[in-house]
Amino acid sequence: MHNFTEAFKFIGRNGQIQGGPHVPTLVHLTLGTLKIAGIGVALALVIALPIGLWLGHIHRGSFLAINLGNIWRALPSLAVLAIGVAFLGLGLGNVELALIVLAVPPVITNAYVAIDEVDRDVVDAARGMGMSGWEILRKVEVPLGIPLIFAGIRTAALFVVSTTTIAALTGYGGSLGDIINNESSYHLSGVLGAAICIAALALLIELVLALVQRALTPRGLKLAKAEDQSMALAPLAATDAV
Amino acid sequence: MTFLLAAAPVIPNFGGSSSSFACERANRLFCSEWVSRNWSTVLWPALRQHIVLTLIAVVLGFVISTALALIAYRRGWFERPVLIVTSILYTIPSLALFELLVPIPGFGLSRTTAEVALVSYTLLILFRNTLTGLREVPPDVRDAATGMGMGPMRSLLRVELPLALPAIIAGLRIATVTVISLATVAALIDNEGLGAPILTAISNEVFKTELIAAGGMAVALALAADGLLVLLQRRLTPWARAG
Repeated sequence: MHNFTEAFKFIGRNGQIQGGPHVPTLVHLTLGTLKIAGIGVALALVIALPIGLWLGHIHRGSFLAINLGNIWRALPSLAVLAIGVAFLGLGLGNVELALIVLAVPPVITNAYVAIDEVDRDVVDAARGMGMSGWEILRKVEVPLGIPLIFAGIRTAALFVVSTTTIAALTGYGGSLGDIINNESSYHLSGVLGAAICIAALALLIELVLALVQRALTPRGLKLAKAEDQSMALAPLAATDAV
Repeated sequence: MTFLLAAAPVIPNFGGSSSSFACERANRLFCSEWVSRNWSTVLWPALRQHIVLTLIAVVLGFVISTALALIAYRRGWFERPVLIVTSILYTIPSLALFELLVPIPGFGLSRTTAEVALVSYTLLILFRNTLTGLREVPPDVRDAATGMGMGPMRSLLRVELPLALPAIIAGLRIATVTVISLATVAALIDNEGLGAPILTAISNEVFKTELIAAGGMAVALALAADGLLVLLQRRLTPWARAG
């Protein structure tokens, strides 16, 4: 337990080593982690959401969307980062590229399934009311698909934060992973302190995204869910390789 | 696991300039001679360790989460606390979780620590899928089993669990592939598995063959394991194909 006490003292000192040289503060490294991860998630969403939503809307490309999700899980983030760095060299752009590769598939797969599985009767009713395809997507399919779409975004965000810290192992600094990669300077207490910060950051991001999801979920959907408790336990789509 | 303790630290020997191949000296991106020479000393042991790490984690995770799911299946209130705890474990980034476990007495830089972390990542996936699979057994089927004179235990073993198999195996597929991927990071605290050559190669500025080979093997292992589980499911649920 002594180690954990020391770790919290390290956090209290904002990441400075007692009697050591001045090092980047914990706040600085946390913001650095958020910056690297934020850029990665944002770019991944810009790429993946339109593709996933559109494929779901036209009910095409299930093979691509589902198998992408399957192959994605098989990619070890450490290996993807390391191979990316090996081929392209070290740099923000290359790390972001690796993060995007890892974040795009879950977003596409979930967005696709979310839209594809919207009740066809509801879509037909919307069409009968005279809505255009774009209006149906925006006003009917996306709101109804919010829970699954967000499941993908949350998975991707978590994965990117986790991978951002792992990037420190490949030599790309600026995140909380730096401390873990440098135990000789920071000692065990520093490494533990950083690990606690990373865990807290991930839980906080998950919480914030859950709140955003709740704010965006249509009221009717929440009511329906409250009635049907079993919906709360959505199965992880494991996908039968067709 | 004594038969596996031969897992000596994986130290590649390409550093010795006297023994290096032309393509190593030329720093070609992929040097197949290096792979063939180091297969039996570096890559194959790492692959074997990786498989063992994964198997132990998935089997332990499966036993624990199935027990939890069966309890939650009978006692509904049990579901929420388990979901909360396993979700938190699942959310903690791997690098942080491995490091957080190290100072706990009895853990340290060991395989135990690696396994505990890996198991904790399987729990949410396996628990959720098994419980969902069991809950989705149609009530009519359960009633029929009772009507045929089956007790709760027999109905569970003969009817409900078999019908939940597709969901359970779906969970196993996700858990297995996830563990194979995360086990590469475990090399940081337990220097074995395919992560070990990857980490060694990262610290080497110029020579990248080891990295590409080990990384590629991790991906191949995950895809192979996933395929094997699909085959297992086909064998175990022949009725699914009949429909």
